Amino acid sequence: MMNKVLFAIMLVAGLVAPFLAYPVFVMDLLCFALFACAFNLLLGYAGLLSFGHAAFFGGAAYIAGHALKVWGFPPLLGILTGTGFAFLIGTVFGFLAIRRQGIYFAMVTLALAQIIYFLCLQLPFTGGENGLQGIPRGELFGLIDLRNEVTMYYLVFAIFLIGFGIIYRAIHSPFGEVLQAIRENESRALSLGYDVDRFKLLAFVLSATMAGLAGSTKALVFQFASLTSAHWQTSGEVVLMTLVGGMGTVFGPVLGAITVATLTHELGSFGSWVQVILGTIFVVVVLVFRRGIIGEIHHFVEQRKAARASADND
Amino acid sequence: MQVILAQALLGLNVGVFYAMLSLGLAVIFGLLNIINFAHGAMYMLGAFIALIGYSYLEQWFGISLQIGFWGSLIVAPLVVGLLGIVIERTMLKRLADLDHIYGLLLTFGITLILQGLFANYFNVSGTPYPGQPEVLGGVLNLGFMFFPTYRMFAIVFSLVVCFATWYVIEHTRLGSRLRAGVENPQLTQAFGLNVPLMVTLTFGFGAALAGLAGVLAAPIYSVSPLMGADLIIVVFAVVVIGGMGSIMGAILSGLALGLVEGLTKVFYPPAANTVIFFLMVLVLLFRPAGLFGKEK
Repeated sequence: MMNKVLFAIMLVAGLVAPFLAYPVFVMDLLCFALFACAFNLLLGYAGLLSFGHAAFFGGAAYIAGHALKVWGFPPLLGILTGTGFAFLIGTVFGFLAIRRQGIYFAMVTLALAQIIYFLCLQLPFTGGENGLQGIPRGELFGLIDLRNEVTMYYLVFAIFLIGFGIIYRAIHSPFGEVLQAIRENESRALSLGYDVDRFKLLAFVLSATMAGLAGSTKALVFQFASLTSAHWQTSGEVVLMTLVGGMGTVFGPVLGAITVATLTHELGSFGSWVQVILGTIFVVVVLVFRRGIIGEIHHFVEQRKAARASADND
Repeated sequence: MQVILAQALLGLNVGVFYAMLSLGLAVIFGLLNIINFAHGAMYMLGAFIALIGYSYLEQWFGISLQIGFWGSLIVAPLVVGLLGIVIERTMLKRLADLDHIYGLLLTFGITLILQGLFANYFNVSGTPYPGQPEVLGGVLNLGFMFFPTYRMFAIVFSLVVCFATWYVIEHTRLGSRLRAGVENPQLTQAFGLNVPLMVTLTFGFGAALAGLAGVLAAPIYSVSPLMGADLIIVVFAVVVIGGMGSIMGAILSGLALGLVEGLTKVFYPPAANTVIFFLMVLVLLFRPAGLFGKEK
C-alpha cells in the first residue's frame, strides 16, 4: 500500500519536475537516484557493503562517452556500451570480491575500484585530470534532438524508470527472497541448499550493471565523464545516500539521493565544508538514525499497526 | 644494478609506512573487529600536528612555542591517540553489538570530517615541512650508493617501533592479556581483566601509531589533507594480501609490498600505483584467506 502511494508520488513528481526546477539538475538527481537504488540492491538486500561502486558508475561514463564521441555511436547504443562495460567489470570484481566476507569484502571492492580510477586517470583517451569532455548528445533514433533539455529529461526519466523497475522486480522475486535469506543468515541459506556464491555474484553483477546504466546516462546528460565520478569519495557518497534514505527499502535510496545531492549542490559555495558536513551526517546517521528516512516511516507505521492490533484484542 | 638497489631502498622506505599502518589496523581489528577507515586521516593528522607545532603555533594560537621534530614524535602520537580514545569511548562503543560494517562507515564519516577541516586551511597540493633536524640532513654514503640520511632514519626508527610492538604483543604479560582478549573477550573479562578498557587503549594505541607514521612522513612527503586517503586504500590492499590474523604478517607484508612497489617503478613505472592491487587480485584467486591469514 505504502509503496503504491510512494510510487504514484514519484511518478507525478518526475513528470512535472522539469517545469518546476532546472531540468539538468533534476536529471543529475535521477542519475544518482538510480545509482543509489542499484547500490541498495546489494547492501540493503544482499547485505554486501561494496565500497567500490564508483568504478562502475564512473568507469561506465568514460566508456559510454568514448563510444559516443569517438566511435560516433547513437545515444542509446552509447549508454548500452557503457552499461555493458559495467556488466563486464562487475562480473570480474564480483567474482573476486565474494571470495571474502564482511569487512574484507568492502576493502577488496575499494581496492579493485582504485584500479579503475587509475586507469581513468592514466589511459590515453580519458583526458587525465580534466575528464572526458565534449561528448555529443546526438539524436534519439536519428530523429529527436537531445540538445533540448526537456526532451533529454524525459529520456533520462524513462531510463530511470526502467532501471528502477528492473531493480524492483529483482527485489520482489524469488531471487530477491533468497538474497534476503542470505543477508539474514548465510550458513542457513547454504544449508537449505542455495548456491550462496552464485546468488551473491548475480546480485553484484546486477547492481554493478545498473550503476553503470546510471553513470552512462550521466555522461550523456552532462556531455562529460568526470574523474570525480570514479573516485572513492563517490563510492562513499552512494553509501551515504542509501543510508540516509533507508537501506533495504525500495524508495529510500531515491529519497536519500535527492537529499544528499541537493545538499551538496546547495552547499557548493562552502568549499571543503561540504565534506565536513557530509562526514557529520554520516556519523550522525550511523550512530542514531540507522533506519533512514523511509525506514523510520515504515517503523512508525508498523508500530501504530501493532498498537492498534493489540488494542483491538483487548 | 645501482638503480635497482636505490629503488629498493626507497621502496623499503614506503614499505615501513605500509607496515606501521597495517600493523595499527591489525591491532585494532584483533580486539574491536572493525576496520578503522580513519586510519589514513589519523596519519594525515599526525603530519599536520608536526607542521602546526613547528610553524603555526604563534601565528594561530598566540603561543610563542615551537615544537620541533623530536617533540612532535612524542606530541603527535599522544594527541592522535587521545582523539582515538575519545572516538572509541563516545562513538564506536555504541556500535560494538551491531554489524561491523557500521564501524567502517562511522570511521569513513570521521575521515571526511578530518579531511574537510584541513582542506579548509591548507593547500590540497601540500605544504613542505621545514622542521627536519640538522643532524638528519645530508646523505649517507652506503658504499654502493648515497642515500638521504633522514630516509634511513625513518626506515630504522619505524622498524624499531614495529618490532617493539610485535615483541610486546607476542612476548610480554601485557601482550598475553591482549591476546586473551582477542581470543575470548567474555572469558577474559570473567578472569577480572578490564576488557572495555583494553579495547579503548588498543584503539588509542593503533591511532597513535598512525599519528607517529604521519610525523615520520612529514619531512619526506609534503603535508597535505589528502596524503592519508591515497595511502589508506593501498594499505587496505596490503591488509587483504597479508591477512590480519598475525601481527608479524602485517609488518612483513607491508615491508614486502613497499619493496615490490619500489621495484615496479624501475621496471614498469605506469603500473607502480596499481601493482599492489593486482597482487591482491592474485592472492584472492589463489589464497583467498591472505598469505598469513586465518579468516575471522
